[in-house]
Amino acid sequence: MRLRFPAVVLVALALAATACGDDDTSDTTAAAGGGGCAIDQLELVTEGTLTIATGEPAFPPWVEDDDPASKRGFEAAVAYAVAGEMGFSDDQVTWVRTSFDDVIAPGPKDFDFNLQQFSITPDRQEVVDFSDPYYTTTQALVAFAGSEVASVTSVAELAGYRLGASIGSTSFDFIEEVIQPDEDAAVYDSNANAKSALEAGQVDALVFDLPTAYFITAVEIPEATIVGQLVAPEAQADQLGLLFAKGNSLVSCVNAALGTLRADGTLDDLAEQWLAQEGDIPTLSP
Amino acid sequence: MTGPGLADVQRKGPRRLWPGGGSDGREEGARSALIAATSTVVFVGVVSWVVLTSELWPAVQRQFFSWTHFKRSFPDVLSGFWLDVQMFLVAEVLILAIGLVVAMIRALRGPAFLPLRALAVAYIDLIRGVPILLLILLLGFGVPALRLPGVPISALFWGVTALVVSYAAYTAEVYRAGIESVHESQRMSARSIGLTQFEALRHVIVPQAVRNVIPALLNGFVSLQKDVALVYVLGVREGLREADIYNARTFNYTSYVAAAVLFLAVSVPVARFTDWYTERHRRRRQAMSA
Repeated sequence: MRLRFPAVVLVALALAATACGDDDTSDTTAAAGGGGCAIDQLELVTEGTLTIATGEPAFPPWVEDDDPASKRGFEAAVAYAVAGEMGFSDDQVTWVRTSFDDVIAPGPKDFDFNLQQFSITPDRQEVVDFSDPYYTTTQALVAFAGSEVASVTSVAELAGYRLGASIGSTSFDFIEEVIQPDEDAAVYDSNANAKSALEAGQVDALVFDLPTAYFITAVEIPEATIVGQLVAPEAQADQLGLLFAKGNSLVSCVNAALGTLRADGTLDDLAEQWLAQEGDIPTLSP
Repeated sequence: MTGPGLADVQRKGPRRLWPGGGSDGREEGARSALIAATSTVVFVGVVSWVVLTSELWPAVQRQFFSWTHFKRSFPDVLSGFWLDVQMFLVAEVLILAIGLVVAMIRALRGPAFLPLRALAVAYIDLIRGVPILLLILLLGFGVPALRLPGVPISALFWGVTALVVSYAAYTAEVYRAGIESVHESQRMSARSIGLTQFEALRHVIVPQAVRNVIPALLNGFVSLQKDVALVYVLGVREGLREADIYNARTFNYTSYVAAAVLFLAVSVPVARFTDWYTERHRRRRQAMSA
């Protein structure tokens, strides 16, 4: 009998680490400091500068030309609006780019907050902190014009088709939880791969949030069309929030700024400017 | 004849690695087991202590080793992993067959077979020179997009095909090493009793060659068990991808630990089987040459 210690020990260690010690799922966020929200009172990564992060590359209509510093694009505009409301001038804002893992892995972050169409969910709130939502979106179905699935009129009919979505998106959750297709939905890392799959005939239709669907059908896959918006009573509205490291004391100040922007209509105006498109998109009934 | 002879060595047994009193084999075995157990416990204990008392351990444990998340992610990861198992079982059979055919073509001698040999070499060089992921993307998205009549579209089909094409090239080289390790006298004897080249290969050389390289072939199999996960890029919902999906949704990494446990559960037995087979083969060859 020769026990292979390395492999067995590694597996045992991994499982023991899981079992021992309790992982408390209740978290108390560090209370925001009693001090105000003046710039010199804030806990920032870099003194006197607001460091904002987004993805690499950043796509329209969220950021135009992959250049958030241009303030063009919905998320770029919202970021500068929030910064301005908090008292930062435009040249007191710097941008960094992060990968997905940079954002969610434990450890200190090199940004004050990150925006990249992150949807607020309870699971994620165990690991990071979110601001109040800055945008609420619906899902939309994209398919080639003239294909069979393009004539579908209700969400229930979609269960028989092969669908695809991006990994980690609420579009994918919508497919899994609401549509519940007969065949497992396909999942892609990038819009490019999803587009290839659509062209290869490996999926019948793709699900994206509505602004992304506009961009895709306008620019990336012009032969595709938005079949309709997808709504369902049981589906939670997809709310996008700014993402902070857990326990970051900035959250309350940012929320105050967002509250002001919402109340005076700035957020709606920016959405109108960057995300609204011509024409009415039909809604697929549940 | 005086002096130690074969009989003496057989009686005393092989030289021991450490000095010890007496010739009682059981005492030696017990002591070495005790030393091994103690050193392992001490090593594991020290490493565990260093990790568990570090400052960020609670946060890391919550995100990487959470039992709650392990349980939640396990069913999906398991069903995806079952797809991986099916893929590598089907692929391995095809890889062993195609690799052998390519290697046998390459082993044919004579000027008449030059075009075939050149084709085999070109295939091996080209496919081994390209990353597997690239092959998967090209075949998986490229071929179905051509919409050729009668050609399958399925991402799973082309993903497995790309793996088979890629691994068969590596496996052909493993077989070639086995074929070349069979002594030339085998081939000459086979030819001299009237067998053709093909018959000599098929009945004499290849059986010996394959037996020599079974550990290397098993090694390729263990590697394949992990590489099947690469078909995720075509949208296939295999085990590691299900772990990805869970991670992207919840920001928790424990699903990857679950996937790792499953992958280990298949590859460790294969590795132990390889060891056992190698040992048995070695003993048989020693017996033959004694």
